[in-house]
Amino acid sequence: MDNKNYDELVKKFSPNSKILSNCLWAFFVGGSICTLGQLLTNIYMKNNFTISDAKLLSSVTLVGISAVLTALGWYRKIAKRAGAGTLVPITGFANAVVSPAIEFKSEGYITGVASKMFIIAGPVIVYGTVASVVYGVIYWLLGRF
Amino acid sequence: MYIKYKNMPAITQWASVVGKKESEGPLANFFGECCQDDYFGKETWEQAETEMQSRCIKQLLHKKKISTNDIKLFMGGDLCNQITSTAFAVRDFGFPFLGLYNACSTMAESIIISACMVDSGYAENSIAMASSHFCTAERQYRTPLDYGGKRTPTAQWTVTGCGSVLIEPVGKTAFIDAAQIGRVIDLGVTDTNNMGAAMAPAAADTIKNFLKNSNTKSDDYDLIVTGDLGAVGSGLLKELLEKENISLNNHFDCGLEIYSEEQNVQSGASGCGCSASVLTAKLLPEFEKEKLNNILFIATGALLSPSTSMQGESIPCIAHLVNIKSKKEVTK
Amino acid sequence: MSYFWAFVVGGLICVIGQLLLDLTKLTPARILVAFVVSGVVLSAIGLWEPLVDFAGAGATVPIMGFGHTLAQGVEQEIAQHGFIGIFTGGLSACSGGVSASLIFGYIASLLTKSKSQS
Repeated sequence: MDNKNYDELVKKFSPNSKILSNCLWAFFVGGSICTLGQLLTNIYMKNNFTISDAKLLSSVTLVGISAVLTALGWYRKIAKRAGAGTLVPITGFANAVVSPAIEFKSEGYITGVASKMFIIAGPVIVYGTVASVVYGVIYWLLGRF
Repeated sequence: MYIKYKNMPAITQWASVVGKKESEGPLANFFGECCQDDYFGKETWEQAETEMQSRCIKQLLHKKKISTNDIKLFMGGDLCNQITSTAFAVRDFGFPFLGLYNACSTMAESIIISACMVDSGYAENSIAMASSHFCTAERQYRTPLDYGGKRTPTAQWTVTGCGSVLIEPVGKTAFIDAAQIGRVIDLGVTDTNNMGAAMAPAAADTIKNFLKNSNTKSDDYDLIVTGDLGAVGSGLLKELLEKENISLNNHFDCGLEIYSEEQNVQSGASGCGCSASVLTAKLLPEFEKEKLNNILFIATGALLSPSTSMQGESIPCIAHLVNIKSKKEVTK
Repeated sequence: MSYFWAFVVGGLICVIGQLLLDLTKLTPARILVAFVVSGVVLSAIGLWEPLVDFAGAGATVPIMGFGHTLAQGVEQEIAQHGFIGIFTGGLSACSGGVSASLIFGYIASLLTKSKSQS
């Protein structure tokens, strides 16, 4: 049996993800997190913060909630069902930073916590920054001419 | 490579220790010790795995009523980098030690070599042991434990468990008659969340070669036990063997026995500790009662590392087989 | 009404992520990278700002919103400081969220330790 035939056989025997229920979970949990973000923004705006400050504070609050849920071990319990619903919102980014910080505590605060903290979330910052710099160069050049 | 042991070394005692999730599964009552704390009273996961192994060794010595000094050789391994858990556990006992690694097939590998040493007379006795811990495996191969992610339907759950056996020249219950050392087989599977599919061809190859070398049929055995193929791998194994005209009517996969369906483990269990703990807790005691008389024990291993899978390599796999017989079968 | 559209748009963005997880071989880390980069691109070509006006947190809370923040930051810094803004814009705009994650992560590591799963 060659690799190609075996690959087809593996596909036949491997169950597929339950796409519909996964998507419903992702939709409701992801949607709820965004709604909570909107609620927080509105609350901060009612307390006389500017809209941009309110958005920032709303994000920081979501990050804080995610950190608490991660530390309590609840975030992964929700994520086990919610999938992308907890991955895509900023709370997922926070979970990706907080969870290695906790995990690698056993290797010390310098060589464990601090150096492993961005082991999962690092690529988001790296590629986000690269993309923003590329855009910045284009934007700056367009502004010159 | 096919081995026919000349003097049929015996498995004279066995021991097993498992963690919390395993003690909530269908085999709970069979394990030697079920620890409700996955930290085993220690500070880190690596220390926990070492402690689990240490308890397993003590249990074995206690059951056999022999002292540490009477053990002539120890072989075994685990999934941690540089098999540190096992080396650290053995440190406190002072046994002559051979650390072995063939991923989740380590239990069969340890039994095969231990039996060779005992059969040839070089060692008066030898312990064979293998262990895995969900948390050490997860943090080394996958993601931090508190990271939220969804498991795919083909994923398998690493067993927190350890099993050990004592092999001696003479015994009463279980005897090692023959073995097949497997070849490294790779059919190009790259999905690290589908280990069963990667390992099934190795198991099929080893079983096929053993049956040919021993001139036996699959139906001659009470059970054909695989280590941790899970649901996906078991289906594939049957299919692969059917293509070779070998029917598998008496198949038993340790990875499908240790957890119940409600425990949400997708395709089943995996890890060195899976086959090691099920062999020592469920199967070997059945030889005592002569409910089982002749089995093939095939532990399968995926020989990858996080680096190789990140480099896009496929997953080479291996399977080692041990033929275990009861007193009744041997004297027949 | 702002809550309704935040829920629907935010939920749908997560559904796109879920479909990528289930139907492709992309890992979660790759999907996040793809989302943040597409957030920068969609913001750059002027498509994300209208969605933010329409759906509020539904467009800012998903990781694409992070990309949008980066792109906006670059625009603003270049407008104010010229060339140097190419380098300072992105990271200064997202510094709040990143610092918060870092600090909360550090505090969490002080207060708790890794837990087993079942």
